[in-house]
Amino acid sequence: MALVLNEEQRLLQDTAKDFLCKHASVASLRKLRDDHDPIGYDPGLWRQMTEMGWASVILPEAYGGLEFGFLGLGVVLEESGRTLTASPLFASAVVGSSAVLLGGSEEQKELLLPQVASGDLTLALALEESHHHRPTHIATTVKMQGDDFVLNGNKCFVLDGHSADKLIVVARSSGAESDSAGLTLLLVDRDSEGISCHRTIMADSRNAANITFENVIVPGADILGAIDSGWSVLEPVLDRGRVAIAAEMMGCALEAFERTVAYLKEREQFGVLIGSFQALQHRAAHMQSELELCRSVLLQALSTVDDAPEQLPLLASLAKARLNVLVKLVTNEAVQMHGGIGVTDDLEIGFFLKRARVAMQIFGDTGFHKDRYATLCGY
Amino acid sequence: MEDLDQFGLDVRDWLDANCPTSQRQPMGREDQYWGGRRGKFPSEDAKVWFERMRDKGWTVPEWPTQYGGGGLTPQQAKLLKNEMKRINARNPIYGLGIWMLGPAVLEYGTEKQKQQHIQAIINGETRWAQGYSEPGAGSDLASLQCKAEDMGDHFLVNGTKIWTTAGDKCDWIFCLVRTDPNVKKQEGISFLLIDMDDPGITTTPIALISGESEFCQTFFDNVKVPKENLIGELNKGWSVAKALLVHERKLMAEIGSDSPRHILQPNAAAREYLEFENGKIADARLRDDLVEYDMLMQAVALTHFRTFEEKANGVRSAAPMAMKYVGTEAEKIKSELLLAIMGSRGVGWEGDNFTPQELDTARLWATSKVMTIAGGSSEIQLNLIAQKVLELPQR
Repeated sequence: MALVLNEEQRLLQDTAKDFLCKHASVASLRKLRDDHDPIGYDPGLWRQMTEMGWASVILPEAYGGLEFGFLGLGVVLEESGRTLTASPLFASAVVGSSAVLLGGSEEQKELLLPQVASGDLTLALALEESHHHRPTHIATTVKMQGDDFVLNGNKCFVLDGHSADKLIVVARSSGAESDSAGLTLLLVDRDSEGISCHRTIMADSRNAANITFENVIVPGADILGAIDSGWSVLEPVLDRGRVAIAAEMMGCALEAFERTVAYLKEREQFGVLIGSFQALQHRAAHMQSELELCRSVLLQALSTVDDAPEQLPLLASLAKARLNVLVKLVTNEAVQMHGGIGVTDDLEIGFFLKRARVAMQIFGDTGFHKDRYATLCGY
Repeated sequence: MEDLDQFGLDVRDWLDANCPTSQRQPMGREDQYWGGRRGKFPSEDAKVWFERMRDKGWTVPEWPTQYGGGGLTPQQAKLLKNEMKRINARNPIYGLGIWMLGPAVLEYGTEKQKQQHIQAIINGETRWAQGYSEPGAGSDLASLQCKAEDMGDHFLVNGTKIWTTAGDKCDWIFCLVRTDPNVKKQEGISFLLIDMDDPGITTTPIALISGESEFCQTFFDNVKVPKENLIGELNKGWSVAKALLVHERKLMAEIGSDSPRHILQPNAAAREYLEFENGKIADARLRDDLVEYDMLMQAVALTHFRTFEEKANGVRSAAPMAMKYVGTEAEKIKSELLLAIMGSRGVGWEGDNFTPQELDTARLWATSKVMTIAGGSSEIQLNLIAQKVLELPQR
């Protein structure tokens, strides 16, 4: 377990920062938004990111990965949070490849992981069915029909769902609607017959979709893991995703905070720099303290993925809950401290505010993770 | 690394062989040994334990061996601390000499001062008080008025110091005194060591809202102090004090982790005082408060670990600057939460109708209000973060 980065990880961070600032700044996201880009990210940029190995950071060497672990992944995600870079990094290279890695057969891993790593294939997790994260409440059904499966149901808030090549669908094969038992994961081509996919335009200008499955036939070989036991794969996948999105949120919060502190040092009112007002100094200093606490939580959660997976549920909920609270505080204060210009679309600070709110909903809001943490603690 | 592993094993063996069983039990305040001329060992075992640790230099593991310290590296000292925690070994001696004055003398003192004071601290012969604050100089410490006039062969000290912790039980006091009233306030302050048995010194305890009176006010009336008791240069006391404040803040931030005997943790209190339904605390609001507190404390604990790892790896970060603020505010949250969980049983003040644990909870709740004021109030901590870390413009 490490709470400080090693030399390798620091180098990766520098590279990521350098590249993203040059090629994927917030201005790029604005352009994707204003152009109503149909894909919602720049495939050329994603190609370059995969060439630098960012889609293979957590993969074992056997599948073409760098085997840098989650601390390595964390620095890349954090930097992409600073620039609000839209890319399949989270949905495909973290969540998608974790699902294949933890649930897939040897054959599936050998086939799919190198393609995800190279960017030739993108994945998306089709999980949510309501406007709140409730990962065991699954009504989408999967039934056997000969050697095939038949899928029926509705999914929403599928991150990158409209652009991914393959969907990892969470469906119910048995049990009651809220049981964790009886879930099954399936790999489904997004252009399969019976799938209708509608991109949803979200506040953060990133990518999500509502997807309907109507008698979609899935070959029996495309099950991910065992029938009825999808939860044993899904839960650790979600926890990895929670830690990963927390890393992105850390970058988002840090960038919004640093831009705000810089503004406090340049904006003059009443003949002085507004940063000299104690009312603002104390709020900024409080945020700095919260950032420090979250930094420790995040580093521990990232190392836990690789070094102590049995503690991952607790640490993932801790990280997601704390980062949710942090990013809400910091982005709200960032807008407020910028004053009038803070609520203009011209200033990029609003992009951070909006990304923060969407990210807070991904894989569990604050209430979800507080409840889960309390339950894990036995109360 | 292998050496460090071997060291860990050696420490474990030595502690197993040398720490008396009675010194591995949770302790109350009355079990602590603070040293000094008036200090008494709470038990024969406590004395044996202290002497064995002292002889290894492990009461001050990182101090140099030539003055009786342990000469350990930060990593080794951490290992020792962990091994002691593992067997619940008690801290053999407490005191500001070890925590604050010793480090100052080692850094700024002359060879003669080191000879005179370091060994005495390690041997538990002197108990030290801190004389910084004055009735008119709290958060604005640099405006202090207690003066030391140069009388040629000695200083003549007149004035008063307040919040001198256990001042009535201490042997010596390290003071910030005004040695030049005619320059900018920080520049006319010196760091002076004063023997509390000197004629002209009186100390009276102050009753606090917690019902305790561990803090005192000390009065100096024409007290003669030898010139050799000056630490560092004349009028450079502010720098010495600043260096020491870091130690004090670290200490205040860590106080929560050394929980004495009766102190309930909110998690345990919930089991004792709250109703559960289907394995969950029935009161959703208190459950939410509790989980928020538990998450905060885990974040604080992880940040303590991170600052240590950063120090050991030579990484600088802003985390230590925030810990006094965060740690003491967390203690207040904890105390308020305990009261909420325990209801009217948490606000008993004295008598047989409440358990000792309940009474302690109420007293500690009142004490928690002290911690965000003493050692630089939370507001001062935020000022410092704004100034030193964020480098925001000053007025």
